[in-house]
Amino acid sequence: MQTFDLAADGLRTLNATLHAQAETTNQTTWEIINPKGSHAIAVGLDAPIEVNVKGSTGYYCAGMNKQATVHVHGSAGPGVAENMMSGTVIVEGDASQYAGATGHGGTLIIKGNASSRCGISMKGIDIIVHGNIGHMSAFMAQSGNLVVCGDAGDALGDSLYEARLFVRGSVKSLGADCIEKEMRPEHLEILAELLERGGCDAKPEEFKRYGSARQLYNFKPDNAY
Amino acid sequence: MKDETKSAPRTMPIQSATFSQSINAEIRRAAATGIYDIRGGGAKRKVPHFDDLLFLGASMSRYPLEGYRERCDTSVTLGTRYAKNPIHLDIPITIAGMSFGALSGPAKEALGRGATLAGTSTTTGDGGMTPEERGHSKKLVYQYLPSRYGMNPDDLRRADAIEIVVGQGAKPGGGGMLLGQKISDRVAEMRNLPKGIDQRSACRHPDWTGPDDLEIKILELREITGWQVPIYIKVGGARPYFDTTLAVKAGADVVVLDGMQGGTAATQDVFIEHVGQPILACIREAVRALQDLGMHREVQLVVSGGIRTGADVAKCMALGADAVAIGTAALIALGDNDPRWEDEYQKLGTTAGAYDDWHEGKDPAGITTQDPELMARFDPIEGGRRLNNYLKVMTLEAQTIARACGKSHLHNLEPEDLCALTMEAAAMARIPLAGTDWYPGKPGTGF
Repeated sequence: MQTFDLAADGLRTLNATLHAQAETTNQTTWEIINPKGSHAIAVGLDAPIEVNVKGSTGYYCAGMNKQATVHVHGSAGPGVAENMMSGTVIVEGDASQYAGATGHGGTLIIKGNASSRCGISMKGIDIIVHGNIGHMSAFMAQSGNLVVCGDAGDALGDSLYEARLFVRGSVKSLGADCIEKEMRPEHLEILAELLERGGCDAKPEEFKRYGSARQLYNFKPDNAY
Repeated sequence: MKDETKSAPRTMPIQSATFSQSINAEIRRAAATGIYDIRGGGAKRKVPHFDDLLFLGASMSRYPLEGYRERCDTSVTLGTRYAKNPIHLDIPITIAGMSFGALSGPAKEALGRGATLAGTSTTTGDGGMTPEERGHSKKLVYQYLPSRYGMNPDDLRRADAIEIVVGQGAKPGGGGMLLGQKISDRVAEMRNLPKGIDQRSACRHPDWTGPDDLEIKILELREITGWQVPIYIKVGGARPYFDTTLAVKAGADVVVLDGMQGGTAATQDVFIEHVGQPILACIREAVRALQDLGMHREVQLVVSGGIRTGADVAKCMALGADAVAIGTAALIALGDNDPRWEDEYQKLGTTAGAYDDWHEGKDPAGITTQDPELMARFDPIEGGRRLNNYLKVMTLEAQTIARACGKSHLHNLEPEDLCALTMEAAAMARIPLAGTDWYPGKPGTGF
């Protein structure tokens, strides 16, 4: 285990050190101490390493992650795992706005709650939230899966494309073109795997599935409002 | 009794300036269809422009340089503020961002070929970076857009600069839409969306909301790219003084400022023609912001929107810009709107020079399309050669003017080299009206 003191050695050195880890590195486990809410911690990683952040982070922790597992042992600020390509990001606490925004792949697990715009414009990422999510989540979400074990706020899935949304609790309101859809056996199967991957203590049958009504897919005057 | 009404002179039919033929046609079109007009390109209305400025040239008080032989440098370095590897360009004329999707792959390739031959940069657009574009562009600027279509860290690190797009001149405050007709398999795959559906481009970034957030976003992008490449911020010509100030505050290396004549692949005509300011009105305000911050020439200013000739380039330099970007002019150089396709433009209900339905994907010139048959009409090698020629001509023209003003570098041109032909241009550019030493709003003149 490599330990990096962020307060002592600084952000640039941290990210440069993590970027320098080769695909075949044997320094596979890292611990970052004293994060103190710093921004851009462990961004742009591209190696199969595990990074444990011992505390809470600021904006964009694990942004554009590839391959790495980043584990935040605290809460995460806005844009955690934004535009992630692959790998896994785990947040033990809560996540602020835009969690997993535009993510193309990988898995984001939030063990607390996520704020507004969780999964905005997601493009293939899987996001699993143990708690609740805020308003405007999955706005213009293109693909991937968003699993919410708690409740969802206003305007869930507004202007949704092909992402799948699974919510166990209540949905305060659905956004434009987002509708409840039938939970077919293949969806239960997908959801069971996601719940297992996210370490969630929940059953697929307890969830409802939401998706796009596909009425906004081609522009016409009646949907320009 | 003689019928005098038959021979009496009649009032000549007068067309209304308010309800002109084109306005009436648009009213009838709207009444028939129930939808606003969507088109490509920039503002077509006449606005104060660089044609309203003239260079004074050298005389008794200025010493000219010999027009053909004495050196007049054209190089520019962009991104000197923070980047380890600023971009060095041979000429201050860059190619503006245009997406693969809006343009065909061969057209993007031609832009890369022409720009590289001329020693300048080209820019990606909404939809990501294509291999042919990267492969043929020695200097490639990667746009970071609200949609994040195709955005990935590998391409980010392959870029020579990153341009965060906050807005564009054709539609400040607006997003975009690539209509389903242009969504081929390849375009759909790059954008992670099904084929054939309209692809919306959001008007706001998904993970930051203002300049304070943007400052942190820029930190993230610099950390991902190891502080190697410059970061530009592109804004539409809305509030250039404040937008430039905030872009500098957020940490930009370069500010790109796009006036309302700047083109788009597709948006509402009402947006193009009625939102934003002409580039002439924006440059001095942006320069003033940089000067107030002590950052003029430290943070470089790239301006765009209706730049067509070397004279336009020289005027931008004289007003304080470090470089310009061209989009529509580059497409015309490639062959867009060429009269050779007039018969086909007529079939589309338009004419060469007026064709702007770029969003429909039926471009007879094979440039703004994803139709394989139309694309095959366009030769990217010949297109690149033509673009290089055009860029060379613009550069020679700008040098000709600069030498006549006694300047050994285009950047040495200054506002004092100019006069204005109209009150509007004088006021917007803060250049004295021809024959006077006054412009509206000149300090100390009382009005």
